[in-house]
Amino acid sequence: MSLWKLILTNLRRHRVRTAIGATGIALGVATMLSVVGLLGGAVRMFEKILRSDAEMVVFERNVSDLFFSNVPESLVAELESQPFVREAQPVLFTIITAPDRPVITCFGIRAGDGRLAGAEWLSGAPVGFSDDGRGVVLGERAADFLKATAGDEVVLGQESWPVAGVVRMENGFENGGVFLPLSECQRAFHKEGVSSVVTVALAEGHEPREVREWVDANHGRLTALENEEFSRSYSQFRILKTTAWVVGGCAFLLGGLSVTNTMILSVFGRIRELAVLRVCGFSRGQLARMILGESLMLSALGMLAGWGLSLAGLRILEALPALQGYIEPQVGMMEVLGAAGLALLTGIGGALYPAAHAARLKPAEALRFE
Amino acid sequence: MMIAIEDVWRSYDEGRIEVLKGVDLVVEEGSTVALVGPSGCGKSTLLNVIAGLEVPQRGRVMVAGRGVVDEASRRELLRHVVGFVFQLHHLMPGLTLEENLLVPAVAVGMPRRAARDRVRELAAATGLEGRLDRRVRELSGGERQRGALCRALMNRPRVLLADEPTGALDESNREAVFGLLMNLVAEQGLTLVMATHDGELAGRCGRVVKMRDGRVEA
Repeated sequence: MSLWKLILTNLRRHRVRTAIGATGIALGVATMLSVVGLLGGAVRMFEKILRSDAEMVVFERNVSDLFFSNVPESLVAELESQPFVREAQPVLFTIITAPDRPVITCFGIRAGDGRLAGAEWLSGAPVGFSDDGRGVVLGERAADFLKATAGDEVVLGQESWPVAGVVRMENGFENGGVFLPLSECQRAFHKEGVSSVVTVALAEGHEPREVREWVDANHGRLTALENEEFSRSYSQFRILKTTAWVVGGCAFLLGGLSVTNTMILSVFGRIRELAVLRVCGFSRGQLARMILGESLMLSALGMLAGWGLSLAGLRILEALPALQGYIEPQVGMMEVLGAAGLALLTGIGGALYPAAHAARLKPAEALRFE
Repeated sequence: MMIAIEDVWRSYDEGRIEVLKGVDLVVEEGSTVALVGPSGCGKSTLLNVIAGLEVPQRGRVMVAGRGVVDEASRRELLRHVVGFVFQLHHLMPGLTLEENLLVPAVAVGMPRRAARDRVRELAAATGLEGRLDRRVRELSGGERQRGALCRALMNRPRVLLADEPTGALDESNREAVFGLLMNLVAEQGLTLVMATHDGELAGRCGRVVKMRDGRVEA
C-alpha cells in the first residue's frame, strides 16, 4: 500500500464527507465554467455580428459602449474610395421596443450589407428590403415573438412597419433582432447621418495597418481596429469577461470554504487515528502530505464532476426552446485549465490549516482525545 | 542494555501535575518487564516517554543505544526500533485488516512485496490468515487485538511496548492474546515492556517493576 492508496482509502471510507467536499468544488467549477462559457459565448456572438465578412471595424474612439458610438456615414464613401478597401458597410446598433417586448436588438443596415444576402429567407425576399424603403426584416425568433411574417405590419417603437421578410440567422442576436433600412433607423432614432460602426473589408493584398493609419491621419476622433484587436480592447467585452471570472472566482471561494470545512472535520474527526499513524512511524511531513493529498483528490473529483455538470447544464440551456439561438456557450481548453488551476489552488489552500494541525499533533495527547 | 532511563521527570499543566518524578530504569535486551502499580502512577506515561510519544521535562532516555532527543530520533525510533500495542486496538475502521497491517510499511516505504510477505508471516503466526480481507468491524475483539499486535511488529522492531494489551479483552481472549504476545517476543528475541494491572500476567514476565506516585519502587 502506498500513501496515495491510503489517501484514496481514506476518501472512500468517509464517503459522505468526501461527497460534500467534492460537491462544494463541483458547484464552484460548474458555476465558473457556466458563467464564463455563457458570457464568452455572448461575446463571441457579438463579435460575429461585427465581423460579418469584414476584417476591421471603425468606431468612435474611447466610447464606453458601441451603442454610444457615432461614426459619420460619409466615412463609408471616403473609405471605399481608398485603394486598400474593398467594401465598407455602416451599421447602426439600437434597442427598440414592441408591445410586450421591451428590448429588441435593432440593426440599421444598408441593403447591400452581406449579412442579409447570406441569410436563409423563410418568407419574403431580399428585394423587399431597400435603402429607400420602409420594409423591415425580422430574425426568425423575432418573427416568432412578434407573431409576424412577410406582408404583415409590426409595431416597433412609435411606428408601424411593413415586414419585408423573415430570415434565419446563425447568430442568436441577429436571429432575435430586427433589421431596419439604415436611413429609416437613423430617422427613427434621431441619428441622421451617423452609424455606430463601419465594418471594413480589405482589398486583396492590403494590410489592416493601411486602414488604421488612414483613419488616424484623417479622423482623429475615430479608431480602426482589427477584429481580434477590437475583441481584446473593447471595454464591454473586458467587463463581461472579468465579471465572468470574478463571479466564478467567488463561487470557487465558497467551494474552497467547503473543502476547508470538510478537511477540518476530517482531521478533528480522526485525531486518534492520526495519532496512531504517528505511532506507526508516520512523520509530520507524511501526515501533512496525506491531508493535502486528500484535499487535492477531493478537488480533482469536484473538478471533474463540475466540468460534467456545467457541460450538461449548458446543453440543457441550449436545448430550451425559449433560449434557442440566444446562447452559444463555449467552454474552451483555457477555461477548463483555468478552472482546474483554481480547483488545485483551492484544494491546497483549503488543506493548509488542517494539514498543519495534523502535523503538529502530539500523539500521546491525541490518543487521550475524546 | 536495550533501554536506559535516567532521572526522567514529566509533568502536565505547567508543572502542577507531576506524573514521573525522577524515574530510573534499565531494561536488558531480550528481557520481558512488567510495569505494575495503581492507576495514575505513571506506567503509561513512562511507556510513552520510552517510545518518544511524550517528551520529558528532565532526564535522559536511551533506546537501543540511541538518545531520544529530537523529532528525527523519535521518528526513527517509532519506525525501526519500537512497536506499540495499546489497551484498545486502534485499528482504522473502514480498512481491511491487511490494509491496517500495511500502515507502518507505508511510513517506512517498505517495498510492496516485502510488506505483503511480512503481513502473511505475521498473520500466520497469530492465526489471522483467513481474516486479512475483513474490515475491522467484522473482526472479534481478540482478532482486533491480535491485529494490533501484528501491526506493532510489522517493521521488525527490537522493543515491544504494550500498555494494558489485554485490558479490554474477556478471560479467554486475554489468555490467548497474552500467550501469543509472549511467544512472538520469545521467537523474535524482542525486549518487552508491558504496563498491566494484572498481577498474574505480570508474574509471567521475567521482571516486575513496581511504580508508585511517579517513581520506580523496585
